[in-house]
Amino acid sequence: MKTKMTALAVTTALVAPAAIAQELTIVSWGGAYSKSQQLAYHEPYTAKTGITIINDDSSAEAVAKIRAMNEAGNVTWDVVDVVASDAMRLCDEGLAEELDHDAVLAAAPDGTSASEDFGDLIVSDCFVPQIVYSTTFGYRTDMVGDTPPSSICDVFDLEAYPGKRSLQKRPIDNMEWALFCDGVAKEDIYDTLGTPEGVDKALAKLDTIKDQVVWWTAGAETPQLLADGEVVMGSTFNGRLFSAIAEQNQPIGMLWDMQSFDLDGWIIPAGLSPERKQAALDYLFFATDTQRLADQAKYISYGPARKSSAPLVGKHAELGIDMAPHMPTDPANAGNVHIYDYEWWADNRDDLDAKFQAWLAK
Amino acid sequence: MAALTPISRKPMSLVLPTVAAAGGFFGLFIGTANGSGAMGVLIGAVTAVVLALVYINVLKNEPLSKWINIALFGVLGFLFGGIAAAIIGLLYGWFIHWFTYWLYEGRYRARLLPYLTPGQVLWHYSFRVICGAIFVFLITPVLVVMPLSFNAQDFFTFTPEMLRLDPAGYSLKHYQDFFTNNEWQRSFKNSLIIAPIATVISVSLGTLAAIGLSQAHVPGRRAIMAILISPMIVPLIISATGMFFFYSQIGNWLEATLGLNKTFVGYVKVVLAHAVLGIPFVIITVTATLVGFDRSLTRAAANMGANPVTTFFRVQMPLILPGVISGGLFAFITSFDEVVVVLFVGSAGQKTLPWQMFTGLREQISPTILAVATILVGISILLLATVELLRRRSERLRGMSPS
Amino acid sequence: MSDSTQSGPMLAADGTPLKKSLSRALRMQKIRALALITPLLAFVLLTFIIPIGQMLFRSVENDIVANTLPNTVIALQDWDAASGEAPDEAVYAALAADLYVASNAKTHTRVGSRLNYETPGISSLFRKAGRKAKKWDVENDGPYKEKFIKIAKGWGDPNVWRTIQTYSPKYTNGYFLNAADMQKGSDGAEIRPESERIYITLFKRTLIMSLAITAACIALAYPVAWLLANLPSAKANLLMILVLLPFWTSLLVRTSAWKVMLQQQGVINDVLVWLGIVADDARLVMINNQLGTIIAMTHILLPFMILPMYSVMQTIQPTYLRAAKSMGATNWTAFWRVYFPLSVPGIGAGSILVFILAIGYYITPELVGGTKGVFISNRIAFHISTSLNWGLAAALGTILLAVVLILYWAYDKIVGIDNVKLG
Repeated sequence: MKTKMTALAVTTALVAPAAIAQELTIVSWGGAYSKSQQLAYHEPYTAKTGITIINDDSSAEAVAKIRAMNEAGNVTWDVVDVVASDAMRLCDEGLAEELDHDAVLAAAPDGTSASEDFGDLIVSDCFVPQIVYSTTFGYRTDMVGDTPPSSICDVFDLEAYPGKRSLQKRPIDNMEWALFCDGVAKEDIYDTLGTPEGVDKALAKLDTIKDQVVWWTAGAETPQLLADGEVVMGSTFNGRLFSAIAEQNQPIGMLWDMQSFDLDGWIIPAGLSPERKQAALDYLFFATDTQRLADQAKYISYGPARKSSAPLVGKHAELGIDMAPHMPTDPANAGNVHIYDYEWWADNRDDLDAKFQAWLAK
Repeated sequence: MAALTPISRKPMSLVLPTVAAAGGFFGLFIGTANGSGAMGVLIGAVTAVVLALVYINVLKNEPLSKWINIALFGVLGFLFGGIAAAIIGLLYGWFIHWFTYWLYEGRYRARLLPYLTPGQVLWHYSFRVICGAIFVFLITPVLVVMPLSFNAQDFFTFTPEMLRLDPAGYSLKHYQDFFTNNEWQRSFKNSLIIAPIATVISVSLGTLAAIGLSQAHVPGRRAIMAILISPMIVPLIISATGMFFFYSQIGNWLEATLGLNKTFVGYVKVVLAHAVLGIPFVIITVTATLVGFDRSLTRAAANMGANPVTTFFRVQMPLILPGVISGGLFAFITSFDEVVVVLFVGSAGQKTLPWQMFTGLREQISPTILAVATILVGISILLLATVELLRRRSERLRGMSPS
Repeated sequence: MSDSTQSGPMLAADGTPLKKSLSRALRMQKIRALALITPLLAFVLLTFIIPIGQMLFRSVENDIVANTLPNTVIALQDWDAASGEAPDEAVYAALAADLYVASNAKTHTRVGSRLNYETPGISSLFRKAGRKAKKWDVENDGPYKEKFIKIAKGWGDPNVWRTIQTYSPKYTNGYFLNAADMQKGSDGAEIRPESERIYITLFKRTLIMSLAITAACIALAYPVAWLLANLPSAKANLLMILVLLPFWTSLLVRTSAWKVMLQQQGVINDVLVWLGIVADDARLVMINNQLGTIIAMTHILLPFMILPMYSVMQTIQPTYLRAAKSMGATNWTAFWRVYFPLSVPGIGAGSILVFILAIGYYITPELVGGTKGVFISNRIAFHISTSLNWGLAAALGTILLAVVLILYWAYDKIVGIDNVKLG
């Protein structure tokens, strides 16, 4: 039934794309990231269909606002850019539409189906992956001496690399890194973290550097702290570090070891009228095809979520440098990566967050 | 203000030690910066004393010695540490000269009551210095922002080029970004639409209610007051989410039943939300003005045949205007600087300046927000000057001479 | 005694008894006053009090479990949570029926995330079971107990069932217990394990730091307000610009400015190092801790203290001080016994404003507070925008609001809210 409806939806979408809605409200994060979407998706889409796209930079409040809109029965957004964990939460709360990926998304140029092209990255039924980004470390090249850090565990090594570090103020990633550097094998991390002793172990490891940590909440903070020399190394999204290094010429180096892969992508909020849902699906069909995803990488160093887009990644639109080596997915960077378990965190996030906050407050 | 006390020259036994202390104090900083604090104190004190003696006893020409002193310390500063130090040197040269003559001529007594004891005089000036320090605390963050807004880099960092006053470290690109970037322009325009309308609503309703509240017999006065003040005391994040639901429902109703345009409804929601937040400030300020209001004036007006509306606009309003304006300013700034509620209640079309600044801070550090702040400080100074003129006018109207 | 003609009630000019006429005038006055107040009162009630009330009501509301799992809730009533065993087949069958309906309406995951706040892991139990339950033929596919346990082992855990049972009533005090670092254990409310206690600490910290900020504001504002009140008005207004200018500058900008100034590579440390007062490797830590929050918030809230103090001090006659001195009081006595008591309403007004505004702040503590300088509002914001646990956010908000209201009430009793002036 559902597949039939979406299939029908797509057929109509392909037949008469522009006749339905004249405006589409698309929610994203703002800043350089929104700009890359504007250039790679929105402008070509408007040129093709004549549909005006309104940008709303509310992704940081997206979960709360979608929930409130849903309860109030007035959903004003059409397509929303969220991180994968938020997409799962929204899906769990019934606030995002479940999609049949093969039916609503374009196949790869060689005919591979969408669900195969995206592969494991479809972490939720509601989620259409867009980019792979990573939370990883940058360090001040002029403050680390002759041997720049090469392992995630250097973050926990205050003797070799004295100075402050900045970490995100949340348990996700930090707990895993701590356990890994405390000698837990990568495949056992979540089993360990599932026990109270495992949590204590992770927090005890973090305790060793707690005095030297600056906790950040907004992704722009670490580049600023690094630029000031306020911290010697810090975690943030890889695109932010790229922009500080390549566009701002800051003395910053990348530490890719144990980078934590994360996904960002689209959801369609539940409760749209059939016409608006149709228009949103139409946009998604366009914006997540192989070429479009590869185009976005011209403007920002995040990896396209489709396997078929990777070979098409070209050069930076302004600087003219090759983008592939700056992608988190590049083989040179992805030697040792941490893939975080969405399902596990969806279950344990609230609980661990309480413990993490209590630990922080101590 | 005219001089209260005739001034007389002070003995060198007072002037020299004090000047030496001041010189020593400044010398201490220069000394520690260059390795030896004690040496700095000594050199500072000795130069100050020697120069004071030379100027007062040998040169005997105040304007001339002033320029000599300024030039002297400016050059010294330049030799020590380049342009930045030269500026500090110029300022110090001016200060120590002024200070010497201020003491020597006894000018510090001129504006004080004649019968004050030396201890009281000392306290008077120490108190001024303390207040000065507090003003510095108040104003420094605003001043720090200004040079950073001319930063050539995209960070909130004083670069070495900036500290050397090298023109390459400065640029106008953040101002250019503000004036050419659509997002900034649109949000600035939105703020300029939303804040005044919200202010007008809260001021007009608030003033009426304050007049009502100031009547002698109002049943349930405390409860009413508590309700009207409540927007100020509920934590903003709670207000924001609470209002979000309600305004969505109102929005639905306006759109569905009255068939109003979606953008228009969006503005209405934000304006209403901001108006409510501004109301406590209007109520508080206007009620305070009305406490000192002479009620016989309205009776006199009524006596002479004015109806209540005329009385209100011709008699009451001009007199309570300062309170209304100051409440209005608080309400305006509440809306103009509000970020939490608008994040929830507003949608893309109503993005205000603080919202855009917040995104700017969170998504990419961009000194454009500092450029905006600098521009706004400029506008604020203009506005404050206007308010000051209005206040003087109203004092004249009230028959109070600006004392 | 001499005038005996005036017996009976006094009459007004139009012949009605004076008492009646007066009471009518009084009534008219009351009506007129109310007529002036009503528009605003209605406006605030409608656009503020009702929305806030709705929001705070969420702190006790819990109808989602009973609405989504009606049969299960009834079937579970007879189950004894203390038995330590999972309930019998009847309960599982009821759950299967409920889940079939819920998963087709896509509401089962919502219950899952609601219960996940209480017991981690329930969210995925519902997610997994819902996927299967959607396709069940409820009447004939039983027995369900093994089926559920096969889907996920957690369904056989009595603790999961105890959570469902505990949270089946339509109203709950669970959020409030949670907000007080407690939880519903097997035998009533109990205190949470130490590693999860946070809210009491945060409430205490919020109150203590707000007091510190208020005290700092009083100390800094008093001399400034005194100076402003005693200078000729032209000069005072000029200096007033210095007070109002920071007040007019965006909160976000001022907070960023304090970051630039206070951090270890910041302006203040740079100057101190340049002057040689601190060594380069021993730069002061002034941000991302309580000190940072106190400095930045004192700066942000200082105008709210200066302005009310200033307007009160303006009304104090300087002659009082001179009179006291002429009668032999020392400077200190004259100030402490005469001037200070008169200025107390200003201090009170400023303090209540600053304190109330301080305990509700969250953006500044978030940006400069680090781990030890954040307030309860930061947690409220977190639960509203990230964890979606709005019930808990509302409970925390209600407690905070109650604290503020008690203070407001006390203030009104002691000083009177009418005395709050903003210049």
